[in-house]
Amino acid sequence: MTPAPEVRTLTPRHSLELLAQMLRIRQFEDRCAQLYTEQKIRGFLHLYNGEEAVAVGIMQALGPDDAVVATYREHGHALARGVPMNALMAEMYGKRTGCSGGRGGSMHVFDVSRRFYGGNAIVGGGLPIAAGLALAEKLAGRAGLAACFFGEGAVAEGEFHETLNLASLWRLPVLFVCENNLYAMGTALARSEAVTDIRAKAAAYGIASAAIDGMDVQAVEEAARGAVQAIRNGGGPQFLECRTYRLRAHSMFDAQLYRDKAEVEEWRKRGPLITFTSRCKALGLITEEDFLRLEREAAAEVDAAVRFAEASEWEPVETLRRFVLAEPRA
Amino acid sequence: MMSYREALREGLREALQKDPKVFLMGEDVGRYGGCYAVTKNLLAEFGAERIRDTPLSESAFVGAGIGAALAGLRPIVEIMTVNFSLLALDQILNNAATLCHMSGGQCPVPLVIRMATGAGRQLAAQHSHSFEGWYAHIPGLRIVAPATIEDARGMLGAALRSPDPVLIFEHIALLNREGELTGAAVDIDKGAIRRPGRDLTVLTYGASLFKCLDAAAQLAAAGIEIEVLDLRTLRPLDDALIMESVRRTHRALIVDEGWRSGSLSAELGMRIVEQAFFDLDAPIARVCTAEVPIPYPKHLEDAALPSVEEIVATARAMVAHES
Repeated sequence: MTPAPEVRTLTPRHSLELLAQMLRIRQFEDRCAQLYTEQKIRGFLHLYNGEEAVAVGIMQALGPDDAVVATYREHGHALARGVPMNALMAEMYGKRTGCSGGRGGSMHVFDVSRRFYGGNAIVGGGLPIAAGLALAEKLAGRAGLAACFFGEGAVAEGEFHETLNLASLWRLPVLFVCENNLYAMGTALARSEAVTDIRAKAAAYGIASAAIDGMDVQAVEEAARGAVQAIRNGGGPQFLECRTYRLRAHSMFDAQLYRDKAEVEEWRKRGPLITFTSRCKALGLITEEDFLRLEREAAAEVDAAVRFAEASEWEPVETLRRFVLAEPRA
Repeated sequence: MMSYREALREGLREALQKDPKVFLMGEDVGRYGGCYAVTKNLLAEFGAERIRDTPLSESAFVGAGIGAALAGLRPIVEIMTVNFSLLALDQILNNAATLCHMSGGQCPVPLVIRMATGAGRQLAAQHSHSFEGWYAHIPGLRIVAPATIEDARGMLGAALRSPDPVLIFEHIALLNREGELTGAAVDIDKGAIRRPGRDLTVLTYGASLFKCLDAAAQLAAAGIEIEVLDLRTLRPLDDALIMESVRRTHRALIVDEGWRSGSLSAELGMRIVEQAFFDLDAPIARVCTAEVPIPYPKHLEDAALPSVEEIVATARAMVAHES
């Protein structure tokens, strides 16, 4: 693993921003878990607790013209990308004010105005789409790139290998971000992969790749800025393996029989919020008051989002068949 | 005179000339000139950026087509043959057909996928099937099957004008067939009556169209006038035209190179039952491919596929049926 870069570039303002984003995600996810037990949110719900540093760190390096493709564990990416929390929470409820009009739910968050293209719940299925978004940038002579998030489980899929090869062959501006949280649902990496060094798999396709501490938002941001710069300089696709950990269950139907509680507790100590907060405090970048204020602000935002979702209308049943095919834009 | 293959190529050339956002990608479409020589010489004319040879990665390049379409380009993806399209089924079904609805209308996918389909060239059981009816099961896709020279040229342009994913199934047995271009406008919404008749409607598409027209000529000599309806679009089906014809002839025969169980022919038959049952003077009948993987030797392949003889015999029996 690459050591965390020095903290000298971190300003008080930026550290507050990073912390605020991670706190918003954490509180959103915790509230989703609660709403699930209240049966306000149904279906599959995959929470991002523990992995916040990855989405927040990567998004720092992207511009508004870059495209993002994420997985079914994508609430954090959507929030970090700027999808309004109200629209995201309404989507959790399946309300018509949701960012996908309520038709997608937790696993299918879309916001084309922010170039956020899902929310793909087929493991590995988003990678080819990201390659295509990147191909369009290249063919149209634009400077944008496509950032593609996926878990380490995806590396067992053919679409991973097909896409890495294609992106490297055509030197497409794709930032591949592997969120290696060690378990594909309940299957540990070593139980599904003959070679567990994911970074090496990307390197085998001729893609510049690095493994970084995905629990450290600064390390992620630093690596992402470097990778994005390399892509914009014409260096072709870049690959970041972010080593992270999922602190909650895979979904709400997971008794977590496949991992020790002690292991979870060990990783909890390395949680991105705890470590970053204490580092910033030690460096005098933020105070305890700052932290508490950010927590309150995040809680208030989540409360407002829940109120918004509760108050929103359901999509009328008469519209069921809309959008199966494209409709003319108003 | 122009061959079906040349007509397909003309359609591609016109599309590429007309819109700089259009590009073609697929296996061997460039330097090789296309597995079935449809894309021959296009590389020299349009360059490697727009005529893109891909690795043998159906899922990746179909998915890349989806992504490029989402980003405003108009990609045409060629899949070498329908059997290989199964390697891209995840992208076609879970993404191309689904993203628009799942995103609340934000992500229409204006992607055109062309692929070779059908039997008749002794290519055996992994290059000869007809899965277009199977794709026609999927909401969110448009499925078209050009049979005539006109449609071979024009359906691509119409597909590119559609904001939805369109799958074009090009029958390999038609590639060398020649015909005249009239220059008429081509749509991808409607069926077409290729031969009018009063005694029976035969519903068909693709290469089977010409077997049905041959059968119609033979039957006409015996005083039986069958109407030959070319479906052209398999999803959505042109119910209005189908029912109008069946209500007029009171008999419906479906000729489909697909298998019959759980099939497009079953769907057509059921729609007629639902919408025109009381207009029928005879049970609906089907001539389909035998339910076997298509075998290699010519005599077995021929025996598996719908034949003119079987169409003639079935039509005769239906017309003889006393209502």
